[in-house]
Amino acid sequence: MFTLIVSQAIRFGIVFLYGSTGEIIIEKSGHLNLGIPGIMCLGAVGGCIGANLTFSSGSVFLTILTAVALSMLFAGLGGALYGLFTISLRCNQNVTGLTITTFGAGVLGFWGSKMGRLGTTFYVASKPFSAPMFGNNIGSDWFSSIFLSHGPLVYLGIAIAIIVAIILKKTRTGLSLNAVGENPAVADASGINVNKYKYIACILGSGISGIGGAFYILDCTRGSLEYVIEAMGWLSVALVIFSLWKPSISILGSFIFGVLYILPNYISGVGFADKELLKIIPYLVTALVLIIISFFKKKETQPPSSLGLSYFREDR
Amino acid sequence: MFNTKREPLFHLVKRIDVSKKYAWAIRIGAFLLSILVCAAVSALLTEKSMGFFFKYLINGTFGTKRTIWNLFHETAILLLVSIAVTPCFKMKFWNIGGEGQILMGALGCSVALVFMGGQSSDGVTIFVSLVLAFAFGIAWAVIPAFFKARWNTNETLLTLMMNYIAICLVNYFIKSVASSSTGTLTFKEGLVEPLGGNQYILFIIVAVVLTVLMWVYLKYSKHGYELTVVGESENTSRYVGINNKLVIIRTLILCGALCGLIGFLLVSGVNHSLGDATVEGRGFTGLLISWLAHFNPLAMGLASFLFVFIDNGSSQVSNYARLGASYPKVMTGIFFFFIIATEFFINYRIVFKKKKVKEITDNEDTISGETEPMKDEIETDKGNTKENINEEIVKEKV
Repeated sequence: MFTLIVSQAIRFGIVFLYGSTGEIIIEKSGHLNLGIPGIMCLGAVGGCIGANLTFSSGSVFLTILTAVALSMLFAGLGGALYGLFTISLRCNQNVTGLTITTFGAGVLGFWGSKMGRLGTTFYVASKPFSAPMFGNNIGSDWFSSIFLSHGPLVYLGIAIAIIVAIILKKTRTGLSLNAVGENPAVADASGINVNKYKYIACILGSGISGIGGAFYILDCTRGSLEYVIEAMGWLSVALVIFSLWKPSISILGSFIFGVLYILPNYISGVGFADKELLKIIPYLVTALVLIIISFFKKKETQPPSSLGLSYFREDR
Repeated sequence: MFNTKREPLFHLVKRIDVSKKYAWAIRIGAFLLSILVCAAVSALLTEKSMGFFFKYLINGTFGTKRTIWNLFHETAILLLVSIAVTPCFKMKFWNIGGEGQILMGALGCSVALVFMGGQSSDGVTIFVSLVLAFAFGIAWAVIPAFFKARWNTNETLLTLMMNYIAICLVNYFIKSVASSSTGTLTFKEGLVEPLGGNQYILFIIVAVVLTVLMWVYLKYSKHGYELTVVGESENTSRYVGINNKLVIIRTLILCGALCGLIGFLLVSGVNHSLGDATVEGRGFTGLLISWLAHFNPLAMGLASFLFVFIDNGSSQVSNYARLGASYPKVMTGIFFFFIIATEFFINYRIVFKKKKVKEITDNEDTISGETEPMKDEIETDKGNTKENINEEIVKEKV
């Protein structure tokens, strides 16, 4: 029972991990992308299309590759649209983000109902995603069932989070991205191409978040189209704050969010009402983290200073 | 490094004085364009002509007496929501928690209805539910305001989280009152009676009255002036002796009260039920409309109307072409994209590269052409001064 909860928590947590890793990259460039829920929906659409396109070839690798590539493409297009509006056209970020969320959720719902009418399902195509990456004969001890029983995208998600953490912390690119998010005018003056960084962050970050949406449909629900991705997207945005804009912390945070997300399904002897109350915890904890970090005003734990502001070079 | 050594093909200049005619021409053009794009997308999806889209768009909005009432009723609700969040935005307080504040108002109203409905007289129940709706809405708005004023907590993210806490609380309340319910509570007693037998008119009257009052409040009252100054520059407002913290909290109390009122009207006057989807995302839509209308009440009314026009109309299109319930979301998304983009064309002007500038750039290029990692800093310095010079030249030319 315990191992089941832990392994399921890791699995659902990965959805948040993808979403938050992507959002961290975007927020580091100074853009609060409230469109992440919609972008994850777009990613889910892309992933399902990609998986259905190539699963008949029988190659596990090819199926996963096309699904990931198409989900990144769809989500990246959403991110590019967000970038076009907020970076080049300098429109308000919150307004643009919320519009992307409406649009993305609408596209997923619309496309999903069309697939339903056509009778297209994704159960077969989802098999390579939910099957354990290390084969079925991994043993049944607690270690294997917690750490080795997952589909390949789980490990990909953790790998991406670690790579992003290293890039942000240890490389020059990461430092420049930080500078762009903290003070774009200074970054510009020191010779960093601000818009290039912002665009790459928006598109790449959205692409990574998009895999999260595809992962949810293809792995967590085994191919059944569920429309809770929007809610999961908001939890990913919450996770960014919870993990203080650090992908390394968000690996742990995603597990905690995963536990909180699935726990109501596994607790017995608790009324329906109390289960609803349990669902508050991730949001409540995030709100508390947000308040507590504002008490201390430590530089390391603050949001990027120019988060939410458009950069126009000629402004003073 | 990524320093560009070429002067880009064009660059942007902020417009200082925008004529109203020009701004409105762009907005109307964007709206017409968005309708055309919606029609084209629908024609692609349904494999029917664009006329089909327009036919049912009009049919779903101005087709019958009921759809016309519905159109204005929905417009009134949306207008009221955007009016409620407007003072916050004018103060540059990013309250995206309108959704949660309205939902809490609805919850407050429902608490009164559950425990008093049918037991006290209708008048008392209505009064108590209104008071509770105000209290819950205000509480949900004041919490982020307090932390923003006292510790400068990021209000965008905090209000976002509080939306979801509100949704969870509503679900908790519904499940704890009626554990077998499907997620909505329905009420039969202690509700606001339809005015003159018309269930739509109440919201429309309230919306019109409050819009006028809010316009006066923002434009002519001292409070309105103070919150505008706080929004423009917090340092300036401190300098002229405005108590920033007080203004923030006071404005959010007003916003919370209005949101509570909307929640009360939605539960007691319109839906006669409570569910986590009572607000239907209007908190977010109202925010978009308030921002895009630049806090101008008349423009807000028009924008709400156009939004509801596309929303209602395209849901009629989707009914007849079997496009599913999410189709109107796609259409309104397209509508908003076009309207958001107008902001850019109203606020900025594109200036194309002049010939003389190009020559200078070319000369400079040859000088700073040798790119060695060691010379990075020197080179970037040069690049920037060069760019500045070029910009100045362009400015002078303009």
